[in-house]
Amino acid sequence: MLTFLVRRLMLAVPVLLGVVFVVMLTVELIPGDAVALMLGEHATPEAVAKLRDYLGLDKPMAVRYVEYVGRVARGDLGRSIQQNRPVVDELGDVWPATLELTVAALVIAAVVGVVAGLVSAVWPTSLFDAVARIGSLFGLSMPVFWTGLVLIVVFAFWLSWFPVGGTGSVAHLVLPAVTLALPSVAMVARMTRSSVLDVLREDYVRTARAKGVAERLVVSKHALRNAAIPILTLLGLQAGQLMGGAVLTETVFAWPGLGRLIVKAIFARDYVLVQGAVLVFAVAFVLINLAVDLAYGALDPRVSRQG
Amino acid sequence: MAISAVGALEGPPVSVVDTGRLSAWGQFRRNRLAVAGLAIVALLLIAALGAPWLAPFDPAKQSLIEKRAKPGGKFLLGADEFGRDILSRVIYGSRVALVVSVLSVAVALTLGLTLGCLAGFLGGWTDVLVMRATEVLLAFPYLLLAIAVVSALGPGVVNTTLAVGIWGAPTVIRVVRGAVLVARETEYVSAARALGATALRVLTRHVLRNVLPTVIVYSTLFMANAILVEAALSFLGLGVQPPTPSWGLMVSTGRDLLLVAPHVATIPGLAILVAVLGFNLLGDGLRDALDPRLRGRI
Repeated sequence: MLTFLVRRLMLAVPVLLGVVFVVMLTVELIPGDAVALMLGEHATPEAVAKLRDYLGLDKPMAVRYVEYVGRVARGDLGRSIQQNRPVVDELGDVWPATLELTVAALVIAAVVGVVAGLVSAVWPTSLFDAVARIGSLFGLSMPVFWTGLVLIVVFAFWLSWFPVGGTGSVAHLVLPAVTLALPSVAMVARMTRSSVLDVLREDYVRTARAKGVAERLVVSKHALRNAAIPILTLLGLQAGQLMGGAVLTETVFAWPGLGRLIVKAIFARDYVLVQGAVLVFAVAFVLINLAVDLAYGALDPRVSRQG
Repeated sequence: MAISAVGALEGPPVSVVDTGRLSAWGQFRRNRLAVAGLAIVALLLIAALGAPWLAPFDPAKQSLIEKRAKPGGKFLLGADEFGRDILSRVIYGSRVALVVSVLSVAVALTLGLTLGCLAGFLGGWTDVLVMRATEVLLAFPYLLLAIAVVSALGPGVVNTTLAVGIWGAPTVIRVVRGAVLVARETEYVSAARALGATALRVLTRHVLRNVLPTVIVYSTLFMANAILVEAALSFLGLGVQPPTPSWGLMVSTGRDLLLVAPHVATIPGLAILVAVLGFNLLGDGLRDALDPRLRGRI
């Protein structure tokens, strides 16, 4: 188990280094003089000199990369241009809001998706299954930002059940979380259905039924336990989907999180802040999937034994 | 990911004509949802190609006295903030959606086929480098890589296409590389090499042919995602710029009128939903018809 843990951790290091490289590259790609573009025409010479020094644009790329990795490792993501505050502080102000939103959505996706998929798989020709399958196709096809607007029109304007946007109470969380969760609910339901159906066809399920195990136990002990790994993998990948979706959901619902910060920063040409926020998202995604990998070991002893 | 190739090689040799299995087309035709998907995609193509003849009004023509007109009446789907006909703009919007998604599929396939073949054939350091790069790209959450690319390159149709294409490439690279690795070890490829076939010939005749169904299915499902990502970028103001009629952009401008005229934002969104649904249904149907083993994997 320990070797397995260490191996997985080691494998994440090159990926993280690559992520930092790509994030650094985004500023390299800016056409023209990035510093002039970021600071605008009224910048003071000191500000220009300071930003140039931070970005190190006169040094070779390899040197810049090593320096950048060093700074990131020490938790220094530079200073935002608009607010002239450390990027780490700016991100620190907003990340709890995004965490709250994405965790709420992930819980909805996991619970509703797994239950719906399970019911579909156990009664595969029922009306519920037909509705759930069509529903998940729609869920996969709806643009998140549009779903949000439709929910606002129906539940905030017409029915006045929930506020239009902003934060503050659980009621504020409902519409954004549901909006963000819908595509993931659909994905999880589809995956659960097909994994459980696969398992229910296995010989050991037939054996269990033949020896008289109650159907409830067959489903919960055999089917769901064995279908757990693909579902868990999908939930890990859905975390990425949710982070991207959060950018849209936060914009629609004026939710003060990382996603809205990124969009604002892009329009303000505050690339240092954009870099920092993208980096935080990507690193969080890598770490979540690492955690999922490690959870396999606990769920399925075969995984950790193979190393 | 080379499910199709592995399965094909491990299957028992078929000597008798297999009458129990329908042809791929026969199977596809029996799937009502898939046929519905095909119909939607055909409709989209017709709308995109025939936009100048199908649209009842000029999509850019403003009529300020008729702004925010409700659906029905002169404007079937109503008018937007500037009194432009929403139906005409939705029809023209299909052009942007299709052009961006087709081209980004092309970008993803070009990158994916080239790098996947290189990695699979050359092996060694090239393979390690390509696969590590793929992992890094996959480490970016959905949409954020595209946002990062567009924020650096600037908004617009071309950069949106590039951003979406780069986002789709890693999966193609993995599929193609897997297929090349499997095929490299087969006897028929050794035989072809021994007979003096060039690497390129082996690649196109033997390897890529195996991976074709997977690539077709992936491309169709990717079209759906590409339309969604283009719409999302345009909604955020990072994609297609006004006055080009893009569905995502139309939803974004309609957002300010949500309380007084909800149709301005919601109708173009419906167009996105229908288009994406069409490609998803078609992709699912193609997967089941061409290679059911891919179910749950793509």
